[in-house]
Amino acid sequence: MLHIEHLTVAVDGKTILQDINLHIAPGEVHVLLGPNGTGKSTLISTIMGFERYKVLEGKIIFKGQDITTAPCYERAKLGIGVMIQRPPTIRGLSLRKMVEICGATPKETESMAKWMGMSDFLDRSVNEGFSGGELKRSELLQLMAQKPELLLLDEPESGVDIENIALVGRAANYILQHTDCRKGDCQKPCCGNNTECEDNNPLKESGHSGLIITHLGHILKYVPSSHAHILYNGTLTCQSGDPLHVLQCIAQSGYERCVRETCRGGVR
Amino acid sequence: MDKHILEEALNKKAAFGNDIDLSTFDDNNDVHVLSPEELTDTGKSKLEKVGIDLQEENRSATYVQVDNAAVESKVKEQTPLELMNTGAAAKKYPELVEKYWWKAVKPDTDKYTAKTALEQEQGYFIRVKAGTQITAPLQACVFMGHEDQLQRVHNVIILEEGAELNIISGCASDTSVEHGIHIGISEMFVGKNAKLSFTMIHSWGEHVTVRPRTVTIVEEGGTYLSNYVNMEKVADIQMYPTVRLVGKGAVTRLNSILVAPEGAHMDIGGKAVLEVPGTRAEVITRSISTGGEIINRGNLTGAAEEVQAHLECHGLMLSKKGYIRAIPELNSETDNNEMSHEAAVGRIAPEEIEYLMARGMNEEEATATIVRGFLNINIEGLPDSLAERINATLDTFSVQHGS
Repeated sequence: MLHIEHLTVAVDGKTILQDINLHIAPGEVHVLLGPNGTGKSTLISTIMGFERYKVLEGKIIFKGQDITTAPCYERAKLGIGVMIQRPPTIRGLSLRKMVEICGATPKETESMAKWMGMSDFLDRSVNEGFSGGELKRSELLQLMAQKPELLLLDEPESGVDIENIALVGRAANYILQHTDCRKGDCQKPCCGNNTECEDNNPLKESGHSGLIITHLGHILKYVPSSHAHILYNGTLTCQSGDPLHVLQCIAQSGYERCVRETCRGGVR
Repeated sequence: MDKHILEEALNKKAAFGNDIDLSTFDDNNDVHVLSPEELTDTGKSKLEKVGIDLQEENRSATYVQVDNAAVESKVKEQTPLELMNTGAAAKKYPELVEKYWWKAVKPDTDKYTAKTALEQEQGYFIRVKAGTQITAPLQACVFMGHEDQLQRVHNVIILEEGAELNIISGCASDTSVEHGIHIGISEMFVGKNAKLSFTMIHSWGEHVTVRPRTVTIVEEGGTYLSNYVNMEKVADIQMYPTVRLVGKGAVTRLNSILVAPEGAHMDIGGKAVLEVPGTRAEVITRSISTGGEIINRGNLTGAAEEVQAHLECHGLMLSKKGYIRAIPELNSETDNNEMSHEAAVGRIAPEEIEYLMARGMNEEEATATIVRGFLNINIEGLPDSLAERINATLDTFSVQHGS
């Protein structure tokens, strides 16, 4: 799905990422961990193709296509969708219109908004005066309409209260198609932490891929993930197995020690 | 007012705007056309552009003035509404002249008001009697078709207690006019619990100078909604319409959409004076320069306690040429009122464009979407067909300027 090879990225003339290699297979959800300011958001923004992020070296291959120099909207059209941390307000553009622009029919917009608890926001300007949690729900609503094959989430739980984290997680899961929609009403994505759904997860293998930046990992309770990476000092030091174990390691020993340990033997 | 005071005022410069030498224009009352049907095709299409429907579908009344002659003044049968030329109304109702004529706008305000007050009265007089609600809009058009013309208009609008009216006012000049000035005085009186919606669309030419002078007085519980759209070339327009809220609970909202193409100079403002407690005002402007010059003034004056008012001047520069100057003023004269303003002028933020691009729009589409959103202010009280037309114009404009 996504292959990043020897990627070096500069922002405003300063090199932020160095020699990054990352491979995400179809259906896999990877977690990106690391201290503040190491370039996690830079990596996501570079994959999306935002102007400020200049690729100095390396390649980004998506679905077999070299998109290293492709403009952002072409990447979106190819199937990459992003939730950035601080989306801007678009005055005078209603959230309803925005969701429709992203690809939903008016009817789908209504029902998805209802499910996301955003019905009352549909006729407000996109993101205008939205709280932290509302911003995330607004973003996910747009992404549900956009249906990306690669979902990039930058700290989806920041500013979100405990109850809404479940909602955010379920919405992400729905976009990743890691739940079986064929059984029920597709407009009402099911579960996440609902075991019945987890068990009937036939789409997991053929589902969409994701890359999620998280600090605390709350979202991972709802979104099954397979790989964790720690971005430390501008490089992806190594890859490991279970993201929950890596998080535990970080919580216990800190990033630096955990990076050393993971790199030596991998976290079990 | 004494004639000699007015004659002296003929030399009085206006408070704002370039000073215009009125002697270079031809001030006559000649009748150049006899009916709207005699207008040129470009003239007719201009009328359509400013919301005037010559088929008069879904209109309660129609007034058309060409240069300084009223060529149509027609009220649909059984519509309880008075519409006539201001001069004719003055003859018919001396008592109204006493009470209303030049009572909202002082005739010696500047040379333009003085000029209009001194000459024979053109323009429209509208009256809706107490308790009468007119649903279909009245349309009034003031058109300039003649070269070098000095056009004078004095409009008097009276809504008595509980009356309601929706006016579409379209002002335009023929594309052939190379030199001309329009002076328009409007005095509007919104009675107790009455409601007036006034939508004005301007489509002047690149050689036309325009000096409207408008004051609206709103009494207790009354509402005055104004929507103003000007998206065309105009040599020099200066106006600063004022609304005085003189009765408890009176409300006004002034919305303006200004687009200045290269060669246009617009000095346009909006002022609300909240004279008694419990009044509310909102003055909202969205201005875009595509190369032209915009000075956007705004003034809220809270002269009484417990008033609420908000002023918004937002400008978007879509060209390296031209300028937008926002001059918002808040004037609070008591220790107990709430007034606020927001002003922002600049280019489109690149992160907004990228945000939309990340949702699959190319740069042109993203820009157009942002411009369209910017111009999307809540304009109320318009008949659907006109609202649709304005929206279509804004859509077209946004798409054209996406690139």
